[in-house]
Amino acid sequence: MIEQLPAIVLLLPLLAAPICSMIHNGDYAWYLAAASCWLAAAAAVGLMAQVWGGHTISYHMGGWPPPWGIELVIDELSALVVILVTVFAALVISALRESLRPKMRKHRHSLYYAAYLLCVASLIGITVTGDAFNVFVFLEISSLSTYALIARGRDRRALIASFRYLVMGTIGATFILISIGFMYMVTGTLNMADLAERLPALSDNRVVQASFAFFTVGVALKVAIFPLHLWLPNAYAYAPKATTAFLAATATKVSLYVLIRFLFDVYGLEFSFQQMRIDLLLIPLSIAGILIASLTAIFQTDAKKLLAWSSVGQLGYMVLGVALLNTAGLTAAIAHMFNHAMIKAGLFLALAAMIYRVSSSRLDDLAGIGRQMPLTMAAFTVLGLGLIGVPLTAGFVSKWYLISGALDKGWVPLAAMLIGSSLMALIYIGKIIDVAYFKPCKPEHAEVREISPTILIPCWVFALMSIYFGIDTRLTAGVAGRVAESLLGISS
Amino acid sequence: MLIAALGLPLLGGVLVSMQSQSPNTRDICSLVTAVLLFLLVLGFYPSVLAGNNPTLVLAEPIAGLGLKLTVEPLGLLFATVASGLWILTTIYGVGYMRGNSESNQTRFFFCFAISIAAAIGIAFAGNLLTLFVFYEMLTLATYPLVTHKGNADARRGGRTYLGILLVTSIGFFLFATLWTYAITGTLDFREGGILSGHVGPGTAMILLTMFAFGTGKAALMPFHRWLPAAMVAPTPVSALLHAVAVVKAGVFTILKISVYIFGVDFIAETGAGTIVMWAAAFTLTAASFVALTKDNLKARLAYSTVGQLSYVIVGAMLANAAGIIGATMQIAMHAMGKITLFFCAGAIYVATHKTEISQLDGLGHKMPFTFAAFFIGSLSIIGLPPMGGAWSKWFLLMGSADAGQWVLIGLLLLSSLLNIAYLLPIVGRGFFRPLPADDAAHASANTIQEAPLNCVVPLCVTATGCVALFAFGGAIYDYLLLLFPKT
Repeated sequence: MIEQLPAIVLLLPLLAAPICSMIHNGDYAWYLAAASCWLAAAAAVGLMAQVWGGHTISYHMGGWPPPWGIELVIDELSALVVILVTVFAALVISALRESLRPKMRKHRHSLYYAAYLLCVASLIGITVTGDAFNVFVFLEISSLSTYALIARGRDRRALIASFRYLVMGTIGATFILISIGFMYMVTGTLNMADLAERLPALSDNRVVQASFAFFTVGVALKVAIFPLHLWLPNAYAYAPKATTAFLAATATKVSLYVLIRFLFDVYGLEFSFQQMRIDLLLIPLSIAGILIASLTAIFQTDAKKLLAWSSVGQLGYMVLGVALLNTAGLTAAIAHMFNHAMIKAGLFLALAAMIYRVSSSRLDDLAGIGRQMPLTMAAFTVLGLGLIGVPLTAGFVSKWYLISGALDKGWVPLAAMLIGSSLMALIYIGKIIDVAYFKPCKPEHAEVREISPTILIPCWVFALMSIYFGIDTRLTAGVAGRVAESLLGISS
Repeated sequence: MLIAALGLPLLGGVLVSMQSQSPNTRDICSLVTAVLLFLLVLGFYPSVLAGNNPTLVLAEPIAGLGLKLTVEPLGLLFATVASGLWILTTIYGVGYMRGNSESNQTRFFFCFAISIAAAIGIAFAGNLLTLFVFYEMLTLATYPLVTHKGNADARRGGRTYLGILLVTSIGFFLFATLWTYAITGTLDFREGGILSGHVGPGTAMILLTMFAFGTGKAALMPFHRWLPAAMVAPTPVSALLHAVAVVKAGVFTILKISVYIFGVDFIAETGAGTIVMWAAAFTLTAASFVALTKDNLKARLAYSTVGQLSYVIVGAMLANAAGIIGATMQIAMHAMGKITLFFCAGAIYVATHKTEISQLDGLGHKMPFTFAAFFIGSLSIIGLPPMGGAWSKWFLLMGSADAGQWVLIGLLLLSSLLNIAYLLPIVGRGFFRPLPADDAAHASANTIQEAPLNCVVPLCVTATGCVALFAFGGAIYDYLLLLFPKT
């Protein structure tokens, strides 16, 4: 049983998805979906327990050894990402039923949960697979299910947002496919471990270099690295309420995981950073992304868009951490992946609860909501402090490492810029909190009450987690630090 | 024991928040917690006097950099001041809040307890990270207190308060902290500092300047605006802000950083404190002038605080024994003096609902204890014997003379004269002007009497404290010599 965990965590949501689509009653489908997500989360925790301390599990699907069969590889990094995906997906789906209720006809619910489960399964698949082609396959499944999820949004703009994402996403996926094809051409293998062995000898090969270029651009689209982020704000803003929480937490983070995995493990540190100098590209882009996205967030009048733009900026932090190429920076990137997923999912969920009550995410309509939904807004405030990076919250830890990473390189202006961007976060989060607590409530919202516990409890779980991981960082920064050292080839 | 010192006010806060139905039990809870905490803090003295530094690591959020508490002489003195004055503020707060029948009293006393826990955390912080954590906690915990009234004014004040304190602390303080960490690889408070030998004079000056301005709670101009803005809060909060916790936490932070991060000798050698010292000198002169123009009693006292805080900063930047001792004493002396003045302002408000200085004519005869206490507090702030404030001013002047800063001595003396000019007329009005002549005012004036006992007793105690501190000046001086093991 224990040794089958890598398959179990993947197959649970994957098999539950088609069953869900066949159940006509939306409530039963929800029970199945939620149960499979929570079980997968438990399995993910079990996986982390197995690899804790720097071990690696190699699982051969169906007993076929690689390179013929499909290999699943779990190390601490992928276990952390699997926890991220499953736990946050389980928390969000727990709140999802309540938030779907008024909008969607009941027999549609099962299909929606099926798409959700497919998305979860494919994200887990991307993370655990040891096969480059499988990465592409799961990436496509996740993209397709995401289009469906977004398109179910509250109005017709969701369709346009979904379509734009579809166009961009398809281009990205095509690029990745081309890149993997090139790699296969020159090496004759698709297994990531084999690729890693054979590619260094071919580092001067034009085809390999072209595959690297295609790969980087393709994944950058998925991660929403500036300036390839244009699909993200609308996709997040028009997706159905609670779904945004799931997408914001997982989709881009998993893509970032793919980027890290390929840059460091498949192509190798020397090729990516010393020969191709990818850092020269990523550092300016991420800095521009952080500044421009944060600035744009400040001027948003719609709370959902504001948080979406903030996501673009926060992704910039992670990419910057990767590109700094030192232990502190990489630790920050990986830890922030987890911390930001948690914080942003919680924020979107709390926001979803408010939108559920006032049917709008415009800041004007949220005026005075802090008095009517005090518990939701309190959770939002705690999470907001985490996003800003106030001490004793998770966001502080990752920002600390990131700025340390910049200072370790002796880049004082960059550190100052990061501090400045934290202040921008203070402004845009402050804007929402200010409106919610201190503006008088609109008369038509005078009847608004607190949300039901099914949504409120997951919000508070996120909020409390963001405080817990600000104090006990063994899971986040601890794992991230070990992973960073092994990726950089520093033996501890 | 350390964990108890931190946990006690938190526990008290929780207990208080559970007693919202029965005000009497709740207020007794606050009071008992306050007294226990004070005794606990006093309990640290024997071991610190013996030269020990009890240490406790709470958690380690960042590898190699924990949340650490350490008791050392400077912090212990600050903890004593904060916890001791908390007792009085609690008694006074109960009287004031009931006298004015304010709403949300439970939330009020809850946040109060959390603030004290944060102040104790700042006092006993074992490294800069811990200090920063509790510093931010104090900012956030006092915010609901500042906006307690909940009207538009309170909110505007609260926004200024939070805005300035958060922006300076994240923008400058955190940055300087990280920079220090990157340079030295540690953030521990150590005797003689940790920066010495790692940085040149230029970087040291930049860092120290960032630390000083980043500590927004120290109200160095131009980041002093939050202090007058926070005047919208109820008077016990003002007392908390001005005397017990907030501003004292600010100057204490600067002092602690100067002594244990930079090291006194290092500042003296490199002249790293030059910019900050002159900024503080400017602040203490300018603030005194501004105070002269204010008619609102609390606003005048607020600007007086801005000025008095800069005395501490000047003392820290002088970087010699007399300067540091003077600065540390100033924390205690000013706390005692200013809390007296604020208690008096609050008592006047409770009894008469008057807030402007020009309305105070003749009230001295109606409220003799209050005005007498105000007089004593004023003398202490000005720095005249036989009040405690005389010692701190004396050592600060000696420190300036040691450092050869003659211009500074001139400014300090000028500021003392200005202190006289803006504080004593208030007492003068109370005693020597007749009550306003018109009938309506006269009729209401006849019913005026002293504020409730809960308000008057604490202010008499603190006024007595001002005198007592003069007598104990020598003892405090001997104690502070612990900071300078060699001399």
